[in-house]
Amino acid sequence: MTQRVKFYQTGTFTVGNRLLDEENRTVQATVERSNSLTSGHRACQGCGEALGARYVVDVAMREANNNLVAVNATGCLEVFSTPYPESSWQVPWIHSLFGNAPAVATGVAAAMRAKGREDTRVLAQGGDGGTVDIGFGCLSGMFERNDDILYICYDNEAYMNTGVQRSGRTPPAARTATTPAVGPTKGNAFGQGKNAALIAMAHFIPYVATASVADLHDLEAKVTKAMGMTGARYIHVHVPCPLGWGSKPCDTIKLARLAVETGLFPLFEAEHGEITEVTQIRRKVPVEEYLRPQRRFAHLFGKSADTDALAAIQQMADRNIEKFGLSG
Amino acid sequence: MHKPFAITLDVGSSLANHTGSWRNERPVYVDLLPPCNHACPAGENIQAWLYLSEEGDYEGAWRQLMADNPFPAVEGRVCYHPCENACNRGQLDEAVNIHAVERFLGDEAQKRGWKVEAGAPTGKHVLVVGAGPSGLSAAYHLRRLGHDVTVHDAGPMAGGMMRFGIPKYRLPRDILDGEIARIVDMGVTIELNSKVSDIPAMMKEEGFDAAFVAVGAHLAKRTDIPAREASKILDAISVLRDMETDEEPPLLGRRVVVYGGGNTALDMARTAKRLGASEALVVYRRTREQMPAHDIELEEALDEGVILHWLTTIKQIDGTTFTVEKMEVDENGWPQPTGEFETLEADTLVLALGQAVDTSFLKTIPGVKITDDGVIDVDATMMTGFPGLFAGGDMVPAERTVTVAIGHGKKAARNIDGWLRGEEPAPRAEPRVAGYERLNTWYYTDADKTVQPALDLIRRQTTFDEIHGGLDETNALFEARRCLSCGNCFECDNCYGVCPDNAVIKLGPGKRFEFNYDFCKGCSLCAAECPCGAIEMVPERM
Repeated sequence: MTQRVKFYQTGTFTVGNRLLDEENRTVQATVERSNSLTSGHRACQGCGEALGARYVVDVAMREANNNLVAVNATGCLEVFSTPYPESSWQVPWIHSLFGNAPAVATGVAAAMRAKGREDTRVLAQGGDGGTVDIGFGCLSGMFERNDDILYICYDNEAYMNTGVQRSGRTPPAARTATTPAVGPTKGNAFGQGKNAALIAMAHFIPYVATASVADLHDLEAKVTKAMGMTGARYIHVHVPCPLGWGSKPCDTIKLARLAVETGLFPLFEAEHGEITEVTQIRRKVPVEEYLRPQRRFAHLFGKSADTDALAAIQQMADRNIEKFGLSG
Repeated sequence: MHKPFAITLDVGSSLANHTGSWRNERPVYVDLLPPCNHACPAGENIQAWLYLSEEGDYEGAWRQLMADNPFPAVEGRVCYHPCENACNRGQLDEAVNIHAVERFLGDEAQKRGWKVEAGAPTGKHVLVVGAGPSGLSAAYHLRRLGHDVTVHDAGPMAGGMMRFGIPKYRLPRDILDGEIARIVDMGVTIELNSKVSDIPAMMKEEGFDAAFVAVGAHLAKRTDIPAREASKILDAISVLRDMETDEEPPLLGRRVVVYGGGNTALDMARTAKRLGASEALVVYRRTREQMPAHDIELEEALDEGVILHWLTTIKQIDGTTFTVEKMEVDENGWPQPTGEFETLEADTLVLALGQAVDTSFLKTIPGVKITDDGVIDVDATMMTGFPGLFAGGDMVPAERTVTVAIGHGKKAARNIDGWLRGEEPAPRAEPRVAGYERLNTWYYTDADKTVQPALDLIRRQTTFDEIHGGLDETNALFEARRCLSCGNCFECDNCYGVCPDNAVIKLGPGKRFEFNYDFCKGCSLCAAECPCGAIEMVPERM
């Protein structure tokens, strides 16, 4: 009676695991992690983006042997980390305009080449507004030229820094400052959606992936893989925002997890335009569980509940599960 | 310093910005009592020894276990494991198979010859009366505390009810002997066939500083059943005892009726089966739910073909013909006669109606009180009304199991030690138990319980071979790793990882973590994502 030894108690879902070999542990579990985004930043309590940025950049730093330049679009991440003259970044870091981070990153990469510093890796990062709306032209150009840059989009589903305005990534029915919960169809309209990862894939770039702050092992593996490649690479990271979503700071990871487990945020990777890996849903849950703790969806529940909208969101989730094959 | 165009300030780090001032709640690490430990009558720190087992440190795990219980190999077999009923994992998939890991550790210790050393000599000498689980447990713990111990037992072999009450198929005797031998090796003297009739006199004459009495309960309770013709009526406890001491097994006949509903009744019926009875029938006057026997024991008995008649009383015996009356339960749950009668045919009736304590030798001791139930009254420290005389096991008011008895032995030993040192017993704070609701079960991977191999039914019905097999090293490790570590940090690094403010300091293996309150904003993500509920948020003083 032999059984394969798995690490149950300290399972592969926790950040660390005292029973695992050192090399199989996460970067975040190590005391040597670079803490690229260090303490004292002014992000809200329970900020998903601050967490996501440290997760990503710490891995990138390890993979680049600490020889990394980060380009940062305007947005929350930039504002809360670098009020002049303070910086929370423990990595060479350059701030761009809202919409031109991919172009600035292209320039940084060209400058490094010109200076003969081919070892220096370039990472560009921005929020969903700066990436999928304002910066999308620059991003598409960077993809099309296959510039040697890893671009990270931290998706918190609206323009949070400026006061929670709708972005191209805001989900249908969500209440924002510009899509109030009033009128016959409350909150953001049910549009076609804008799946930036699928659009990136349509450029046939070497690597595209989606990741979540709720699945650190998966996120680190994807960043590690991306750092091992050259050319244009894109990772879209789901990062809940307690302020903009109207959720409790302590629920940030739980909500990110529920987004994955409902099927609303599928986790996958693609190489050269083809999906190669899909992360299976572990414990499937109805979308209601994900939506209910968020005040931006409060009008879907309660006395004047919008059950049609709720059903439509469930349909979106079910479609994802089918399209990406999320349930095995 | 020369600065670039339009730059007037030096570069600064955000580390100057102590965001801890934002906080209105602070996270703190707590250590709570896991439900398994809370439920263990022997007071074992189960979680701690599972933790050591997970790393493959079996000797460390065994030593942790031995700090509370000197009989792991016995307990892993005979304990009814209330720990597993309490185990939070039971609400997730299945409880951790704690007793199987315990048994593995116990067997491993015997195989490898691990020993326990006696404590530094104190010069005190303690008398223990009764070499059952309680007496031997007390002797072991007293020896570890450095006291000299002499155990007297009226019987021919040490072990008490572990030997004379629990059949071999549940507890092989070489295992029991191994555990007792280890206690003897620590320097405990056991005098067999030595009945003590006057404890105070013996204490005085032989210079004992304290005494612990745990002679158990082995007077079989009887009931009057009108018998017209001479019928064969035995009592279970004597039959089970004869199984150990007599060369020939007792003759029970082909059809055996056992009267009673406790574990002894079932052990008796199962023993009868193994001795060749084609029919072993248990008659009990109340319902299945009201049977004091444990479910596991009942299930195993039914598997082996023991037949149960619930709500039945025996009214009359006429040779081999038994007249029984059907009962029904009244609104208070008590069985009431219905006036419906049936007859059964059987060769032997074995009574298993419970056991009483022989208190005759204690009645004359000044201060010793005997309760209305015929057991010895003890205070919170297990001391009787006679100073220096402690009592435990089946002879004091408590559930009568080996584990409870072992727990009494430990508790009494610690209190005897305190009493000998002249210490006042300190009241213990009510522990906080880590409930299931504290866990974030997402982080635990799915893992089915490891099932121990069992003997096939035919061999169970015909031999006294041990029914259950043990775990091997691989699956014992697997099973130990199913522990959720409820309420105590197991260093999974989750808090260290999930803090958006990098405000958790990792102190290194075995040293756990610390919060950096200069930067902790009090978002409580760490508490929410702690798998085992070892972080709590407490309000800041404003």
